[in-house]
Amino acid sequence: MKDFIIPDRDMGTPPVKSDVTVNLTVDGIAVAVPAGTSVMRAAAVAGISVPKLCATDHVSAFGSCRLCVVAIEGMRGAPASCTTPVAEGMVVHTQTEDIARIRKGVMELYISDHPLDCLTCAANGDCELQDMAGAVGLREVRFDPGANHFMQREAGAPNPEYRPKDQSNPYFTFDPAKCIVCSRCVRACEEVQGTFALTIEGRGFDSRVSAGMDSDNFLSSDCVSCGACVQVCPTATLIENKVIDIGTPEHIVKTTCAYCGVGCSFDAHMRGEEVVRMVPSKDGKANRGHSCVKGRFAWGYATHQDRQTRPMIRENITDPWRVVGWDEALDFAASRLRAAQRDHGVDAIGVITSSRCTNEETYLVQKLTRAVFGNNNTDTCARVCHSPTGYGLKTTFGTSAGTHDFDSVDDTDLALIIGANPTDGHPVFASRLRKRLRQGAGLIVLDPREIDLLKTPHMGQGLHLPLRPGTNVAVLTAIAHVIVAEKLYDEDFIRKRCDWDEFAAYSEFLLDPRHSPEEVEKLSRVPADLIRQAARAYAAAPRASIYYGLGVTEHSQGSTTVMAIANLAMMTGNIGVPGTGVNPLRGQNNVQGSCDMGSFPHEYPGYRHVSDPEARAIYERAWGVSLREEPGLRIPNMFDEALAGRFRGLYCQGEDIVQSDPDTKHVTSALSAMDIVIVHDLFLNETSNYAHVFLPGSSFLEKDGTFTNAERRINMVRRAMTPKNGYEDWQITQMLANRMGAGWDYTHPREIMAEIALTTPSFSGVTYDLLDREGSVQWPCNEAAPLGTPVMHIDGFVRGKGRFIHTEYVATEERSGARFPLLLTTGRILSQYNVGAQTRRTDNTVWHPEDVLEIHPSDAENRGIRDGDWVRVASRSGETTLRATITERVAPGVVYTTFHHPATQANVVTTDNSDWATNCPEFKVTAVQVSPSNGPSDWQEEYRSHSELARRILPTAAE
Amino acid sequence: MTMTAFSADSRERLDAIIAAHRDREGPLLPILHDVQAEWGFIPEEAQPVLAEALGMTRAEIHGVVSFYHDFRDKPAGSHVLRLCRAEACQSMGADALADEVRAALGIDFHETTPDGRLTLEPVFCLGLCACAPSAQMGERLLGRADLGKVQRMVAEAGA
Repeated sequence: MKDFIIPDRDMGTPPVKSDVTVNLTVDGIAVAVPAGTSVMRAAAVAGISVPKLCATDHVSAFGSCRLCVVAIEGMRGAPASCTTPVAEGMVVHTQTEDIARIRKGVMELYISDHPLDCLTCAANGDCELQDMAGAVGLREVRFDPGANHFMQREAGAPNPEYRPKDQSNPYFTFDPAKCIVCSRCVRACEEVQGTFALTIEGRGFDSRVSAGMDSDNFLSSDCVSCGACVQVCPTATLIENKVIDIGTPEHIVKTTCAYCGVGCSFDAHMRGEEVVRMVPSKDGKANRGHSCVKGRFAWGYATHQDRQTRPMIRENITDPWRVVGWDEALDFAASRLRAAQRDHGVDAIGVITSSRCTNEETYLVQKLTRAVFGNNNTDTCARVCHSPTGYGLKTTFGTSAGTHDFDSVDDTDLALIIGANPTDGHPVFASRLRKRLRQGAGLIVLDPREIDLLKTPHMGQGLHLPLRPGTNVAVLTAIAHVIVAEKLYDEDFIRKRCDWDEFAAYSEFLLDPRHSPEEVEKLSRVPADLIRQAARAYAAAPRASIYYGLGVTEHSQGSTTVMAIANLAMMTGNIGVPGTGVNPLRGQNNVQGSCDMGSFPHEYPGYRHVSDPEARAIYERAWGVSLREEPGLRIPNMFDEALAGRFRGLYCQGEDIVQSDPDTKHVTSALSAMDIVIVHDLFLNETSNYAHVFLPGSSFLEKDGTFTNAERRINMVRRAMTPKNGYEDWQITQMLANRMGAGWDYTHPREIMAEIALTTPSFSGVTYDLLDREGSVQWPCNEAAPLGTPVMHIDGFVRGKGRFIHTEYVATEERSGARFPLLLTTGRILSQYNVGAQTRRTDNTVWHPEDVLEIHPSDAENRGIRDGDWVRVASRSGETTLRATITERVAPGVVYTTFHHPATQANVVTTDNSDWATNCPEFKVTAVQVSPSNGPSDWQEEYRSHSELARRILPTAAE
Repeated sequence: MTMTAFSADSRERLDAIIAAHRDREGPLLPILHDVQAEWGFIPEEAQPVLAEALGMTRAEIHGVVSFYHDFRDKPAGSHVLRLCRAEACQSMGADALADEVRAALGIDFHETTPDGRLTLEPVFCLGLCACAPSAQMGERLLGRADLGKVQRMVAEAGA
């Protein structure tokens, strides 16, 4: 359906990897392709399009439509080119008189059961059935209208075969009347997405596409709305509602999704400055043509009525907002920031950079604090998610990043997933992994909750280690214990790539009986036998990979866990080869980039310490200022200092710290104590309730720049429409900086990237020209690796020898006791994203209208809680209320919730415990009590009324 | 999705059927046969349970169940009369016979008599082409069928 308007051509069947090349001729053109390639694809390689309906290169060949038949010399009949593999010396004719007659006949049959309302059809001009009717020269349909599926009434009576449209999904419509039962949608749901939500029901003339069972519709079925079926549908049967509403797009802007750290490439299909649809790019190296419901459909927030497009200021946070011009807002902000420094010292102000903004924007914000404020008070939301990844991987391997690209998953024999829920948090990666699991790769999941990956249809038995929250280090150390005790380690690798003596010392540490599975079972409640099975499976797999998420990092021992993971990979030699590695799944689109860009108070871009005189000299020369060598304040220190009266001003770009940071009350009282809080965002959010200046931000559709995904891939973000607020975010930061005397004169983000490349060794080869040419590159990208580095540590670790760090388990102080007997852990759901500022403003709310508390049936029964009841969740920090869902996915003693909705305020409950090395908050473990409740807590009511007050905006004179 | 839950007793019977077959190769069809033998049809509530047990999805189970005409989505009458409508039988007057039988029983194909005793179904070839037209009632096959023979067979079965 996309061929007509996209140059990104459909080759008919997927590419095949083979070392053997086969030569053949197609219509007299010689072509060489890998063995196993279909005749259809070989023809496409030769530039010849064979007519087709059921074939697409998104899914494997099916051979049902019979339109792609060809003549092959020496072969009888008319074989389907999609299912016929090439052979050496084959001579193919795609157009002969016989073939033309067959195709015309096939097409005539298709059209005899298809409405001829092309002119008013939503797929008009974008329909493969229409194209193929043209291609085969169909001029008449000789069949009388008989039994059919498309007429609502026939001869005055209702047509029993007719089915009405299914409009249950908010983003697309299923119209069975237009369906040609090519089953592309069913196969895409199975092969690409791996959900198996669709089927062909019945047989023969009664065959129809069905979502789920008889009683299901698209919404109630297993469908996760990834859009793969809509993307492959050749007709208007499955089509985006936006296309139905406004028509076909007229141009395409290639860009990058602004949701999770997978960093999917998208084609924004535009009509003028309006997005018609977002379609995943087939040439996107992270997503390979796939998407999830968020990137594909949930971008409507960019034009939501809540979007603020004009700057606002107020004297006090108790005042209503006053809409002002940019000059007034920026002058007000700059003078208050300078006043705070004048009265309270140079260190009295700072910034928080955003993991959602571009690399260039983040670079400017940290430059603002270092070069203009004159301190190093910059931190980023990565503090609260992946800072332990940076610390742990830098210490052990030498780089603060994942080791592999996502393509590597195609080669893995076993995936160990720790503290991550990829089907919800990183859906496109999950689909790629599920494909590999269906091919037979093993799966081990280390998580308190039974995640959906374990229920992957058509995979073998996965191994689930349902550990108690907070015991990651103990369990991973026990796994290492088994590997060492049973001599399952890779001695060659360790001798060559690591320090053998160091390993010997670590082995001695591991062999202590306190690390045995039996002892660890007592702490973690994971049966010793399961720990042994997991250790043996991981060590035995030829290529084993580890993927982990915030369930690893957001703990008091987050950094230790990351190092325990690195140790496992090193001792089994699972580094440096495709299919292996240690890969963090980053929560937000640009967490990796914001860390790379020097957002942390102690590091310049490229992870060079601020006390490193060489690095400092580079920036002093580039920026023409002298720089401080002491690290600045981390986010929690900023809050503490604010409460002590010493930290007075904050510029916070694109992050809602009140909702996303732990211990909400502590955060709000710290913000209330400041003289100037500047929130730079798309929407008034929980943090802006405590702000004096609101600078309206631009969405990812409105600016140029780059995002760096979890595989270190630098992807282009391109401006598809004019910023509704008037400026791209980097321009706003520049205007603020210049009001404080910076004298910056960037005219385009490419100039900022040039400065990054000039000053950062791992980015020295990166230019916009290169990114335009290659689509994307993975850092390090420099003289040694001019096209970037998909897999790191191939011949040696970046730091030299890999380091084994001892991983002593220290129980968190957050322990369940008599008052708070349950452990609360938190996570994410597919349809929502982070604090929900974007997804709550889309139709994604049909899947997740509120946060709920998952609780085990026995814990619920003990407390007299029924499914759907309001419950109160209390910790030593605070309490909140939400509805309960009773499920065995969580173990007894564990409860689970998400934090997508501000009304829930799950972080009122979380505590100020944090990782020992990086202060990453311990979101994943909070001791709580759960009891029945009548409705929202006093705090929630109070908060709601405060929010309403804090968001008042005075009417402007112009209106 | 919300589905009418199986009663505990039904769930136990279903689990027993699954347990009897799950370790064989291709367990779904034998399970569906047993489910239909147990309930007389394939209850929709059973489909998600089968899906979960076999590492499949309910859409796939529905696809299989709906593919085979012999798997029913609602209970049949206590007896099922099948009339062959395939080519050989048609050439020997199966269509006329079908009209007569339908008129005599007062029901159409896929319908059940009001007393719930008999369901009429078409079938496409019973392998009795040499003595067409043919019919089937339970395990009993009937060759060279006519209205009288069919009615006798129905009466003998007590339907």
